[in-house]
Amino acid sequence: MLVLLLIGEFFGRAGLVDQSYLPPSSTVLAHAGSLLTDGEFLRDVAFTLGGWSSGLFIAIVIAVPAGVLLGSLPVVDSAARVLVEFLRPIPAVALVPLVLLVISDQGEMERTLAAYAAIWPILINTIYGAGEVDPLARDMARCFGLSPAAILLRVWLPSVAPFVTTGVRLASSVALIVTISTELISGGGGNGLGQFIFDASGNPAGSADVFAAVVVTGGLGLVIDVLLRYVERRAFRWHFERLGVAG
Amino acid sequence: MLEVEELSHAYRRPGPNVLEDVTLIVGDGELVSIVGRSGCGKSTLLRAIAGLIRPTSGQIRLDGTPVDGTPDNLAMVFQDYSRTLLPWLSVRDNVALPLRGNGMCRRARRAAAVEALEAVLLADAARQYPWQLSGGMQQRVSIARALAYQPTLLLMDEPFGSVDAQTREDLEDLLLSVRANRGMTILLVTHDIDESVYVGDRVVVLGHSPGRVIGDLAVDLPRQRDQITTRELPEFIHLRGRVGRLIRATTR
Repeated sequence: MLVLLLIGEFFGRAGLVDQSYLPPSSTVLAHAGSLLTDGEFLRDVAFTLGGWSSGLFIAIVIAVPAGVLLGSLPVVDSAARVLVEFLRPIPAVALVPLVLLVISDQGEMERTLAAYAAIWPILINTIYGAGEVDPLARDMARCFGLSPAAILLRVWLPSVAPFVTTGVRLASSVALIVTISTELISGGGGNGLGQFIFDASGNPAGSADVFAAVVVTGGLGLVIDVLLRYVERRAFRWHFERLGVAG
Repeated sequence: MLEVEELSHAYRRPGPNVLEDVTLIVGDGELVSIVGRSGCGKSTLLRAIAGLIRPTSGQIRLDGTPVDGTPDNLAMVFQDYSRTLLPWLSVRDNVALPLRGNGMCRRARRAAAVEALEAVLLADAARQYPWQLSGGMQQRVSIARALAYQPTLLLMDEPFGSVDAQTREDLEDLLLSVRANRGMTILLVTHDIDESVYVGDRVVVLGHSPGRVIGDLAVDLPRQRDQITTRELPEFIHLRGRVGRLIRATTR
């Protein structure tokens, strides 16, 4: 990270390339800092986060029950697997033109595409987690007279939860990428970080803006990932300790 | 009283019977060892009694009522104990889990759990998690869970199969003291002939494919047993020889 910054600084200062193309790292960072106090820029960030979070939320609401269903019923699973494997490799960004035709509102389009992209990691992880629920643990619960509802609540959900969380963490970065990509390619005049970058890139003096916004975007992704990892480790210590992963 | 009447079970139909015409009557407060080679259907028998599988034919009655689904007041200690302890619950909460159905409040459940853990000498580990304990300790937790439930019928499926010899003896003696104190009916499945004689009031020998009762021997040993002196008694040696010959004959 530091090395990258230093290289960026060196190239920028050495005059090998025009500073207006590639500003030195320090300029970029300083600019990023000043952007974070710029109300208009923050509105863009908030817009992007709004699209990202609602897309992620929609994905969770769809993928978790679907994953539990698919993972627990082998028959449904093999039938649905073909469909899943067909849809999953389609990049969400490739659907932008299609979605543009149907949905004109930018926010709604972002939500839809982010949700589409985020569904898969959550679905796959949930299916896997549901398959990992130990049948012997369920037998134990039945032996001790727990009701089916109690087994679902006390044995099933806790077993699946760490897998779902891992899926959500993976999905959150995918959803962020898709949200910003959608903003980038859906044309000018809209809101969001991607639009900010798009607009700045069309401006001859905008390269500092572009780089700074990219830095903010990366930082956003990093913060979200670190937060979710932290939550994961705290809440599912038992899961990782058992897997032998250092906590 | 537990009555198993002409119980047969095949996992696949058509397919070989795992159990065939098993008839067995276990009186209240009896500790019956069920011994046989691996694959003779011992575990299947326990699973049928616990209502986890529906037998192909035959009937199981508990105090005169046919078993359909898991009977109340039945607890089971599994061979693969570590898989039945829930890793997200502390040792105490694992032991307290089955008490939910009894209408006890949280505090009473926890108190009962700690009491059961004291009985297996694990009260200190109450706040730890199962995966932080050794295999023998985990098995004691799963025994405590069964005790806290206060079953009238306790099923144990090779409960001491995967612990070291010393722990195994300790757990056998723990089982005997529990039985003496609480007077529950216990069915213990094992492949260890010495163990079947040492802990049992009766040893039921199951033959191999299909599993059927090929011997039902009363254990004529003093109630108070000792790991060293009991095993030196001529009756003990005689009995383990008889059980051993019955089992050996199953493949000849």
